[in-house]
Amino acid sequence: MDMVLDPQEESALKQIETELADWGNERSRLIPILQMIQERMDFLPPRAIEVVAQHLGISASEVFGVATFYNQFRFTPPGKNPVKVCLGTACHVRGADIILENFERKLEIKEGETTTDREFSIDRVACVGCCALAPVALIGEIVHGKMAPSKVEGLIMRCQIEKEMAERASRKKETGE
Amino acid sequence: MMISLTIDDRQIQVAGGTSLLKACLDSGIYIPHICFMEESDRSPASCRLCWVEIEGHSWPVTACTVTIDHPIAVKTDTPAVRHLQRSALQLLLSVHRVECKKCPANRQCVLQNIARFLEVGLKPGRLQRRLKEPDVDGSHPYLDHYPNRCVLCGKCIRVCRNHDNRTALTFAGRGFHTVIRSFGRFDSDTVACDSCRACVEICPVGALVIREA
Repeated sequence: MDMVLDPQEESALKQIETELADWGNERSRLIPILQMIQERMDFLPPRAIEVVAQHLGISASEVFGVATFYNQFRFTPPGKNPVKVCLGTACHVRGADIILENFERKLEIKEGETTTDREFSIDRVACVGCCALAPVALIGEIVHGKMAPSKVEGLIMRCQIEKEMAERASRKKETGE
Repeated sequence: MMISLTIDDRQIQVAGGTSLLKACLDSGIYIPHICFMEESDRSPASCRLCWVEIEGHSWPVTACTVTIDHPIAVKTDTPAVRHLQRSALQLLLSVHRVECKKCPANRQCVLQNIARFLEVGLKPGRLQRRLKEPDVDGSHPYLDHYPNRCVLCGKCIRVCRNHDNRTALTFAGRGFHTVIRSFGRFDSDTVACDSCRACVEICPVGALVIREA
């Protein structure tokens, strides 16, 4: 359950802790506070839930229960390449569930989760707005239309190769070759 | 002030302000129920089992949410009441893993008793069976929770809240995915769980058990 936060997230959380006093400590402030944290950190790490519970004087379980009710809140950080699989009506009819499951199998995570190296995360979305291209998946901001189970591996591979190429380029720059 | 009620063909006297369900149970009139707790002042009426018909009402109501403040005539065994109760029980059983032999609540399980009373089979029948994954949730430091036994009556949460209005258990998620969970850390809220067994004792279906060390 313990999650390692990167230094940037650590400092963001510390900053949030110092500001919580300005948000008031009535129970009714719970959701606005969670929204603020989610907006700044892109997710609610376990430590943030404990911090909010302590601030409001309620149990961490209760904060967790409220947060899990809403789709708006996520408990794992989005990956560097967030995969969003559309399960809207048109995509559903064209077999979006198979696309989703193929991403889940290839990345070995479930929907709503993030790979341990934080490279990929998978989410389902309702409609992307280009039903003519169904089934649709997004990786980051890029829309991939007319998806097929066989295209999944290629897309993942592409992200990995792009990452390696970027790393090589930055190494080259450093060494001045 | 005592108020007289007609329940089926019996006349009973009850103190004003009691809930109809409690009045019936105290007079030995059985109405199926799961989520009702005598000590708690507001019943969530979430199990949808304690249906009765009250004269003058055009549809059945849940007995646990009726507070007696004037004389009424109640019927507990009408076709409409039994139909609603059987449907509610079948819905509960459709998300229940029926493995009574392996379950610690076997023979004292409220589901078994109500099924016998209503003459409903434990098999899902016309309903699809929907089970949750994983079968055991070990998020709590001392307890194991079996979501496929749980009927989500919420008694464990309410009894936990009774201690000092802070609860180590919560409903997490929503809809079919709702489960009883704990945030799962050793903190000031779960430290007492080592010696307190209130939630395990109140669970009507054996969904919460103490983890064997």
